[in-house]
Amino acid sequence: MKALVIVPAYNEEANIPFVLQDLQGFAGDVLVVDDGSKDTTAAVARRCGAPHVSHPFNLGIGGSVQTGLKHALRNGYDYAIQFDGDGQHRADQIEKIIALVEAGEADMVIGARTLPEGYKCGFARKIGSRIFSLLIKLLTGKWIADPTAGFRCYGPNALRLFSLSYPDDYPEVESIITAARHGLTVVEVPVLMRQRLSGHSSINRRKSAYYMVKVSLALIVDAMREKIAWREF
Amino acid sequence: MDVTRLVALLLSGSILTLVIWLIREGRLREKYSLLWLCTSLIIIALAVSRRLLETVAIAVGIYYPPSLLFLLGMLFLLLVNIGFSVTLSRLTQSTHKLAQEVALLKKELEDHKKCD
Repeated sequence: MKALVIVPAYNEEANIPFVLQDLQGFAGDVLVVDDGSKDTTAAVARRCGAPHVSHPFNLGIGGSVQTGLKHALRNGYDYAIQFDGDGQHRADQIEKIIALVEAGEADMVIGARTLPEGYKCGFARKIGSRIFSLLIKLLTGKWIADPTAGFRCYGPNALRLFSLSYPDDYPEVESIITAARHGLTVVEVPVLMRQRLSGHSSINRRKSAYYMVKVSLALIVDAMREKIAWREF
Repeated sequence: MDVTRLVALLLSGSILTLVIWLIREGRLREKYSLLWLCTSLIIIALAVSRRLLETVAIAVGIYYPPSLLFLLGMLFLLLVNIGFSVTLSRLTQSTHKLAQEVALLKKELEDHKKCD
């Protein structure tokens, strides 16, 4: 089966070479999605010899992942891996998240970082994450321990659904609901993470309040929306 | 004709002129031009005839006619703004899709050039 690693990158010129080097160990194609970066992200990707696409302006992480998914779908890839451009994800963990998709047992696999040795995060973030887990449980009946994790594998069904509709900003949680509502199997597997190399998380304290409200609202709106007839496309 | 009415007429007249000019210049799409033309005409009608506003206000049980004007004005602006938000959301979605297409097509083009 053909796999595509999507690397969404916004102003990640410092981290991209490392990320691409890390990914050389993976037997699959790589696509860097430069989300209208103001730095030399695209040029750096080119110099590293990695295929890349560049948005004419910034669309947000959701738009970048979706561009990658569209590319995967149009070029005959069977599944795609979302692998962040900031160096937090580890190429040696990809096997773990693709196993269930390759076996046909899951449509979307999330690499959860909540387990021992996995990841240290702040108290506020833990609470926020727990609230999302509860909301997801309430809306889909499924318990996802780490709903904000961005290390994911999308199977053929997820490729088709998400190329039609994928949330723009803060898409991690919302996409779980979208997937579950459309009958896709979402599974979580534990993975190891790295502490971020350089730059800051896109979510600071000021933004996290907005994040909570926006995502919670989006979850409820999403649950009310009409379903997409993705199988027909 | 008293001064107040003259000023009101001048103001509403210039709004109508502005709308017509914008349509002529092609800066206002036909879709919106009808809305603003009608609005300008209603404002002129209200400026010309004080009786009109009074009659309508009393008919719906409002005893201070200008408050009817404010109510309708606010409601109108509210609805128009909601309409604009809808349009804006649709446009955002279109630009979003276009940006993705541009990015993907540019890559395809570059790949083709490399092959040749």
